[in-house]
Amino acid sequence: MRALDKKLVRDIRRLWAQSLAIALVLACGVLAMVMMYGAERSLTGTRDTYYERTRFPDIWSNAARAPKSLVPEIAAIEGVSQVEARITENAVLDIEGLDSPAMGQIISIPASGAPEMSRLILRAGRLPEPGHDREVVIAEAFANAHGFRAGDSFGVTLNGQKREVTITGIVLSPEFIYTIGPGSIFPDDKRFGILWMPEEVLAAAFNLSGAFNSVTLSVTRGTDLEEVKDTLETLLKPYGGSGPYDREAQTSNAFLDGELEQLAVMVQVLPPIFLVITAFLVNMVLGRLIKLEREQIGLLKALGYGRWDISWHYLKLAMGIGAIGVAIGWGTGYWSSMAIARVYGEFFHFPYLVFVQYPAVYALSAVIGLGAAMVGAALAVRKVVMLSPAVAMSPPAPTRFRRGLLDRIIVFFRPGQPTMMILRAIGRWPVRSALTSLGISMSAAMIVAGLFMLDSFDELLDVAFVQVNRQDAMLEFAIPRSEAVLDDVENLPGVMRAEGAFATPARLYHGPRTRTIAIEGRRESNTLARVFDGDSRTEVPPGDGIVLERRLADHLDARVGDVIEVEFLQHDDLRRPVVVTGTVSTFFGLGAYMDQDRLSAMLGQVPQATLANVMIDPAEQDALYEAVKNTPAIAGITLMSQVRSSFDETMAESANISVVIFSFVASLITIGVVYNSARIQLSERARELASLRILGFTKGEVSYILLGELFILVAAAIPLGLWMGYGMAGAMVASFDTDLYSIPLIVTRETYIRAALVVAGASIASALLVRRRIDRMDLVSVMKTRE
Amino acid sequence: MAECIFHTEDITKVYRTGEVEVHALRGVNIELFANEFTVLLGASGSGKSTLLNILGGLDSATSGRAWFKKLELTAMRDRELTRYRRDHVGFVFQFYNLVPSLTARENVSLVTEVAKNPMPPEEALERVGLDHRMDHFPAEMSGGEQQRVAIARAIAKRPEVLLCDEPTGALDSKTGVQVLEALEKINDDLGTTTVVITHNAGIQKMAHRVLFFADGTIADVVVNDTRIEPRDIEW
Repeated sequence: MRALDKKLVRDIRRLWAQSLAIALVLACGVLAMVMMYGAERSLTGTRDTYYERTRFPDIWSNAARAPKSLVPEIAAIEGVSQVEARITENAVLDIEGLDSPAMGQIISIPASGAPEMSRLILRAGRLPEPGHDREVVIAEAFANAHGFRAGDSFGVTLNGQKREVTITGIVLSPEFIYTIGPGSIFPDDKRFGILWMPEEVLAAAFNLSGAFNSVTLSVTRGTDLEEVKDTLETLLKPYGGSGPYDREAQTSNAFLDGELEQLAVMVQVLPPIFLVITAFLVNMVLGRLIKLEREQIGLLKALGYGRWDISWHYLKLAMGIGAIGVAIGWGTGYWSSMAIARVYGEFFHFPYLVFVQYPAVYALSAVIGLGAAMVGAALAVRKVVMLSPAVAMSPPAPTRFRRGLLDRIIVFFRPGQPTMMILRAIGRWPVRSALTSLGISMSAAMIVAGLFMLDSFDELLDVAFVQVNRQDAMLEFAIPRSEAVLDDVENLPGVMRAEGAFATPARLYHGPRTRTIAIEGRRESNTLARVFDGDSRTEVPPGDGIVLERRLADHLDARVGDVIEVEFLQHDDLRRPVVVTGTVSTFFGLGAYMDQDRLSAMLGQVPQATLANVMIDPAEQDALYEAVKNTPAIAGITLMSQVRSSFDETMAESANISVVIFSFVASLITIGVVYNSARIQLSERARELASLRILGFTKGEVSYILLGELFILVAAAIPLGLWMGYGMAGAMVASFDTDLYSIPLIVTRETYIRAALVVAGASIASALLVRRRIDRMDLVSVMKTRE
Repeated sequence: MAECIFHTEDITKVYRTGEVEVHALRGVNIELFANEFTVLLGASGSGKSTLLNILGGLDSATSGRAWFKKLELTAMRDRELTRYRRDHVGFVFQFYNLVPSLTARENVSLVTEVAKNPMPPEEALERVGLDHRMDHFPAEMSGGEQQRVAIARAIAKRPEVLLCDEPTGALDSKTGVQVLEALEKINDDLGTTTVVITHNAGIQKMAHRVLFFADGTIADVVVNDTRIEPRDIEW
């Protein structure tokens, strides 16, 4: 090995603490990149593989009762490659030990023995034997929530008839990666389960022999989905079709997409920012490190080494440090991308995981990481190499301190000499000070951008469960009822108050834009479920028009005062213009609200209710559950407290993973920046500080001069960082908007304080490490080296 | 008359540090000859280091010209100066300037690896009496030993000239003598033209030629008819 290369290896070893600190900062950036892209890719890849292998449909439609003879006609629609007709109904489940009734969605298994589309993946046991009316398979999530195994049994009320069924197997279905009950916004596997039973059993129970009420379609690649949906809609219309929908509107897939999209947004926003920030920091720190090598560079020049030889030597040093960082980042990134994919995979109940890594991300992160290190080194070396060796080998001329405006201000306050030194140093190198401060602010910003989501979710919960939905529970009717039914509901045990709610599927048109949603009929006197704007925190009555969720209004490009067309899908050729009277931010779903009486009049029917929002007396809760179980007209009950707690749990599981990871990485970066700044500052000023010690300054006073400067920079960095963090949070919120939900931009004081504390804590920890070095400074040897 | 190795014409050098201008050299004309041991003597700030740096291609002159044999140093660009230093000049500095992360042998290798016709690092170290310390790091050696490593490093490429800036400045008399002996031995054995800066007036007696500096000019040039041994120098 050449002597110069030996020097390189030993230099890295000598500077190991700092090399490692720089490498770790870089590693964090690379880690975030590799980890998040890897996880996102793996999950998307897993979903695609899962969908393909299980023949996940492209189009769904429900109908009231369609004859099976319609199936060949559906199959003949151009572009349709596969059709499966089936029966799907809701059922109340009676499970021992469960204090509140659970709901189930029950789906038919064709006579052939297994569904051809949305194929079931058998996790345990077997599928029901055709014709067995007491055999059932259940979704794994539901089974896990109750500890069910093959052979266990529970009660099912099918169309008012209660029967005991035995579980023959436990399955996964691509249609229910997310299992969300009616009226719920998050999975609650304990109270909502998916069941499959033989078709003839369901046909008999629901009077659907020779008929179906649900159909799924696959289309060949390149088929226009809209055309197929239109044709299907026409075919099913006479049979009570509720409007076909595609994957985008399929609940489970939409939620999964939303989740993956959110992950993708984070992947596209945060890791690149992390990587750029770390690249910037490494660039800065390495540059300063190399400037300290000024004398050695001068010596090498004196010995006859050319500019290129010397530059290459230091570039190798930079690359060595960069390579260590990239390698650590790759390794930990690869490992944690799998770990995160696994956590998400379990959350989604994927039957398997397809790990996909993005070679381009590895390459890109290495290029950016090494590039930043090398550019930092090159710029620093260039400056020194340009000097003549004689100049390089002599210490730099004393810095020119001038009596500028700042200095006059400083002097005016007559601080002690040490404070004067601190302030003058900052004033003398304003760019360097500003960059150090900026680096620290960026890490503070990253912490805010990670933590704010918890605040936003709190706000979202408050709006969703305190402002908008104030009911204790929702009772769902098997079929729409006249509002008179509310009197009966109020007579149920434990119900203190009941309000009706009505929803009907509709398609909204505004110019070329269109969207299929459910319109809800509300009364202004309703207090249990309100049309409430989360941004302005006020109620928005629909009046004689329609109120749209803000994101729905955006989709339609409709503003208040515009007139949109509403097509009611369950009413033949009923299409009416309606004026938009308001928009609301509810954060969940794409709701549209009209006055109940006006909506009923438009539909030409007496006011109806599809569900009842109720207030419950907690003391009589059990009696109510019992009554609901025994009332066939009520298809199910959803407790808001449970929706909320399941939401909390879900957030704890999914969003927190990312929040924790990002905050952790940001904290690491903060430590890296502050420690590196302090260390380099120490090296740069070692002589000066040692001289002061010799003059009789105490260790504390000397530390004050060095660390005081750092603390001032940190103090300046924190407010700036918090402000930048708010900006980053805003950008993330803006990119999170999906059909299912949006996130309010809320950053609480606690989050700001937390971020500030992390930065301050990292600074203090780094300061202590550096302080130890000041204490150990060998005065004699420092002074002995040449002046 | 021996071959003229260095000669200069009205060399001046002005340093600007901040708002202060320092006239380090004010028109210096000298001639130095092959195989000679020359001592540059003068108070600190008299310009001797500046001249040595210019002769060694470490620094540029503000005006005037300087030649190494037929090569005009003052007309060279950075690349040519690097070449010149690599091929012809050995340096010894007051504070040794060893690379702390390399052993004695490796510090010498640093030069032999880029030189045209070097001697083995071991031979160079042997010539300065350090054959037993080859694998020690600078921090494990005394000042005198470190300076001798620096000399070995300087001569290993068989330079035509050896330029030494206060080689004994940081040493006590005993180790200082050892260093001077090493320099004299190199000068005798290899015939290397040697230029030594010092402000220790005693050292002038071992030189062939002494240049006295004062205020950026040459005040006097003395040629010694008889030289004394380093160990006889009064420190």
